Amino acid sequence: MTSATDRIAITPEEHASMTTTTETAPAAPAPPAAPDPDEQRRIRLGGVDAGTVRTNLGAAAGSLALTWVLYERVLPFSGAFGFLIFWYLLFLALSWAISRLQWDVRTVRERLVQSLVAGSGLLVVALILDQIGYVAFRGAHAASHSNFFTQDMRHTATLSPITSGGALHAVVGSLEQLGLATLFAVPLGIAAAVFMSEIGGRLARPVRTVVEAMTALPSIVAGLFILGVWILTLGNQKSGFAASLALTVMMMPIVTRAAEVVIRLVPGTLREASYALGGSQWRTVLSVVLPTARPGLVTAVVLGMARGVGETSPVLLTSGFTSQMNADPFAEHQVSLPLYIWNYVRYPSTDMVARAFAAALTLMVIVLVLFVTARLVGGRRPGELSRRQRRLVARDLAESFTHPSDGTS
Amino acid sequence: MTDNPGVDTPAQQPVPVGVGYRANAGGPDSDAVETLALPVAAGPSPAARPALRSELREPDAPAQLFGLRTRDVSAWFGDHKVLERVSLTMPAGQVTALIGPSGCGKSTYLRILNRMHEMVRSACLAGAVLLDGEDVYAPGRRPADVRRRIGMVFQRPNPFPGMSIYDNVASGLKLAGIKVRKDQRDHLVESSLVSAGLWTEVRNRLRTPGGALSGGQQQRLCIARSLAVSPDVLLMDEPCSALDPTSTRRVEETIAELRGRLTIVIVTHNMQQAQRVSQSCAFFLATHDTPGRIVEAGDTAQLFGNPVDPRTADYVNGRFG
Ligand SMILES: Nc1ncnc2c1ncn2[C@@H]1O[C@H](COP(=O)(O)OP(=O)(O)OP(=O)(O)O)[C@@H](O)[C@H]1O
Ligand SMILES: [Mg+2]
Repeated sequence: MTSATDRIAITPEEHASMTTTTETAPAAPAPPAAPDPDEQRRIRLGGVDAGTVRTNLGAAAGSLALTWVLYERVLPFSGAFGFLIFWYLLFLALSWAISRLQWDVRTVRERLVQSLVAGSGLLVVALILDQIGYVAFRGAHAASHSNFFTQDMRHTATLSPITSGGALHAVVGSLEQLGLATLFAVPLGIAAAVFMSEIGGRLARPVRTVVEAMTALPSIVAGLFILGVWILTLGNQKSGFAASLALTVMMMPIVTRAAEVVIRLVPGTLREASYALGGSQWRTVLSVVLPTARPGLVTAVVLGMARGVGETSPVLLTSGFTSQMNADPFAEHQVSLPLYIWNYVRYPSTDMVARAFAAALTLMVIVLVLFVTARLVGGRRPGELSRRQRRLVARDLAESFTHPSDGTS
Repeated sequence: MTDNPGVDTPAQQPVPVGVGYRANAGGPDSDAVETLALPVAAGPSPAARPALRSELREPDAPAQLFGLRTRDVSAWFGDHKVLERVSLTMPAGQVTALIGPSGCGKSTYLRILNRMHEMVRSACLAGAVLLDGEDVYAPGRRPADVRRRIGMVFQRPNPFPGMSIYDNVASGLKLAGIKVRKDQRDHLVESSLVSAGLWTEVRNRLRTPGGALSGGQQQRLCIARSLAVSPDVLLMDEPCSALDPTSTRRVEETIAELRGRLTIVIVTHNMQQAQRVSQSCAFFLATHDTPGRIVEAGDTAQLFGNPVDPRTADYVNGRFG
């Protein structure tokens, strides 16, 4: 284990299993071996080599220069967008030419396709960054004043300065409506998914068809449905609760679809194992199927929530609008962030528009926080260790090192 | 113990089992919580024992042994008949090996014994499976109870990936709805792992995921998991076919240690293994147009050393075409 030729990294875990099976277990963990002078040089495969990088950099620089000359001096065009397109096309042509000087046709074609795919990926990322950046840029003005997060719009008129008014009431409304909608949509959605994948039978197919159709339901229809049934027919007020019902209609099919997919991925052998131990069907679902599918279920829930938090039209028809803080979703109108944006962005005053953009920024941050939380809470794959489990393992290992002799068989 | 050559017997009526099971599974009492009394007083009289045994015993406590017997068991998948009137006695406390070529219905037979057969939608069966003289297919008998008394180890190790080693072993208690105190559960997990021959290897990492073990260790973990609910019978469907020789030997040692404490039925394609681990043996055979049936059954030494039927002799000596 210490000779230079067969240095095999032994993880603590393997070490532990060795100490339990061998008679001559070391009394303490072996000290880390000294750096090996004639360690073999490692070859890294699959990375980007210098030749490719130089070729691409050269092509990029050359095409940029050529584009500038052609576009700004020779051709009768102008505009940033056209410039970028022109640059990209020239880059492809130039990198083809440069590559062709070094490699054969097949390799060059391979590289060209790589550039195309990488270019498309970059384009998508750039568009998203552009969107976020634009909203952040426009919203920073209002969001940089702390009153934006501590006040509502009660005392703010069209021409009030940016230091008055805020979106606190809309944030509260959004969170409450989303929370209620999640409370309704997640149990319903997961129950429906369990029904379709675990119980099945003749009814599963129509249910699945309906759910699939509902994922494509235009959101205004969800709003109209709640407006027609809950508000007009049953005679309830427009309220945050009505809005959360409309959001539930939007979120439930998404949660159901995603949850069914991940529940189906749970291997049937685990279900058999559970039944063979004497588990009833619902015990199997609760103790084996759902825990195994948990990371996927979390993703399903987050997908649904992200969809729900940004919906405008169902909320538009059902929650009513108010410029005042209303923390009670069951009474009186309650505004949410999408509705706040929709309302104030149409004002002629620049400060109002800035407030709307700041609200959009807030909405994006909320979605981001949702995603990160979901990853932290349930993102672990089954079998992966949580931090607490890892601590326990480390403690067990430490014990096994201090009492190595009682582990022998 | 003998086969039924195709004499004209009245046709058996297939019983659709899937429907009955589904109806039972959601029943109001399908999850009744049973309480546990440990340690169990030694040797309760058979008469006092409830029909559906609900108490656990420690895996190393002296156990009452129960044999398993089938009478004229036939099985269908849809219209396809795969077993024909299989009658076999699996003596209490012994290891019975089922051998035979691929596709002759060994797994189907094994799954009939603990009512796993009815998990397949199109499955039907006829005949009786008697555990301690009582038919496990008797009306009103819950499949979950049968399966708790007749445990099963599958061909591929299937520990629950989201659970730690400890939770995997204890999972049977949770699934069967048995409440136990923490110290009793610790004890049960330890004794089950000891019985399965895995304790010394995992005692220091009981909290790590069961999926992080080697294949052979996983299989022994599955055996420990089955033992933790203290079954009367353990069914094993080619438990070593995915394992290396060393792990196979460890599993065989485990089987040898369990012998005498519970009844074991094992399907194997390995003739040496059948000879090493089993005391009695049954040879199944199916042809293209006839369903599987038992050609010969009896004492293992007799069946391998001095088979009566020439087909058995051919098979156990590897001359089978
Ligand atoms: N789920 C199923 N649906 C339909 N037919 C099945 C099903 N499972 C098994 N069969 C059929 O039943 C017959 C017996 O299968 P079985 O799995 O019991 O064989 P086996 O003896 O265990 O074979 P092996 O040694 O290969 O495991 C086969 O002809 C098979 O095609
Ligand atoms: Mg089989």
